[in-house]
Amino acid sequence: MEELLLEYLPILIFLGVAIVLAVLFVVGALLVAKQNPDSEKLSPYECGFEPFEDTRGQFDVRFYLVAILFIIFDLEVAFLFPWAVSLGTIGLFGFWSMVVFLGVLTVGFIYEWKKGALEWE
Amino acid sequence: MADFIDVYLIPFLWILGGVLAIVVPLLLAVAYVIYFDRKIWAAIHLRRGPNVVGPWGLLQSFADGLKLLLKETVVPSGANKGVFFIAPMLMFIVAAVAWAVIPFDEGLVLADLNVGVLYLFAISSLGVYGIIMSGWASNSRYAFLGALRSAAQMVSYEVSIGFVIVTVLLCVGSLNLSDVVMAQESAWFFIPLFPVFVIFFISALAETNRPPFDLPEAEAELVAGYQVEYSSLTFALFWLGEYASVLLMCAMTTTLFFGGWLSPFDNFVFNWIPGMDAFNEFVPGVIWFLLKTFFFFFIFSWVKASVPRYRYDQLMRLGWKVFLPVSLAAVIIVAGFLVGFDMLPNAA
Repeated sequence: MEELLLEYLPILIFLGVAIVLAVLFVVGALLVAKQNPDSEKLSPYECGFEPFEDTRGQFDVRFYLVAILFIIFDLEVAFLFPWAVSLGTIGLFGFWSMVVFLGVLTVGFIYEWKKGALEWE
Repeated sequence: MADFIDVYLIPFLWILGGVLAIVVPLLLAVAYVIYFDRKIWAAIHLRRGPNVVGPWGLLQSFADGLKLLLKETVVPSGANKGVFFIAPMLMFIVAAVAWAVIPFDEGLVLADLNVGVLYLFAISSLGVYGIIMSGWASNSRYAFLGALRSAAQMVSYEVSIGFVIVTVLLCVGSLNLSDVVMAQESAWFFIPLFPVFVIFFISALAETNRPPFDLPEAEAELVAGYQVEYSSLTFALFWLGEYASVLLMCAMTTTLFFGGWLSPFDNFVFNWIPGMDAFNEFVPGVIWFLLKTFFFFFIFSWVKASVPRYRYDQLMRLGWKVFLPVSLAAVIIVAGFLVGFDMLPNAA
């Protein structure tokens, strides 16, 4: 167990180095450059207009739909990873079980296609 | 005390050295691929490109970085300050950390994880958080719309990238990236898996928001998308992160489809030439790896300079209605082929 975790130690140290670098970049710029804010400069950029309303209003529901579809298919991919690696040992039975599973998902995919969930006009 | 030094400090310093040996060349490489990128577009457009700062403009990226360092960091008054700063840092960190598992040569890999492919897939998915956080935290219309588009686009193409990686894994039978390369000794995977390689490459363009899929930063409609409120080195971090992840995608293409560190001359086409063996022995694998990676970067630039931008609905249609069904079918076909002809790796 410990051996397995030790494999990940370089990644942890890498993460530490990357965080230090990123913080150095941001803090360095804050320290080196002269900060001279005023209220016009700090207003959100909207091509010279005053912002009409708060940005965080409604947005198109299709983005939400894409996110949900993504979760389904990404989980499917995550499920396929171990299957792909061990297909040699699980053989024909493993293969056909996955075909049935993917078939079920494909039916769902065809349904959402016909329902127009993938349309962006 | 001596025990502490031997057991903890020295291994730690070794690993730290290894990390720096990746990060420093990576940052330098990013600086120079930006220059390289601009030079390639210039050459294709019959312009000169950057040629003033340093000989042939070689110091251009450093001049740009220095200029950005001396600029004021503007934080919009409506922004969520914490998230606003974390977003570019996250972009950079995620793009850098993924390099920990890339095998540069046989045995030359910082963390030889047995789930390297899964790690890469997971880390490259995290990039979308940086974008959505920056768009949300800026509290600016353009940034918000750009971030939404970008997030939807990245997740759409990630699914097909996932299926393509599964087809490669079927041929390898291991999630370790070094094993992926070693499995290509007889034939690089782009030969048997050419169609999925094409899908992978185009999806990589979309995943890194490169043209022709650079909708999120379509400058004609959304100014600079999610980066619009960023200035100074927070902006530079976005650039570093973006190019580091473009390079990562090139390195992934090399590892998954083009034989990683393997020599392109070590096969039956070339092996009859006298002295070829000695040549293959002599040239270290890391050279081949880097050459292939930069070759793919060249193709990325080439695409940018020659292809017009997609419309958003075309982009989503390509991702969901073309690549997703085709790559899903590819998984079944490749698996069926391997099972049918009994060619599976590590068969029982």
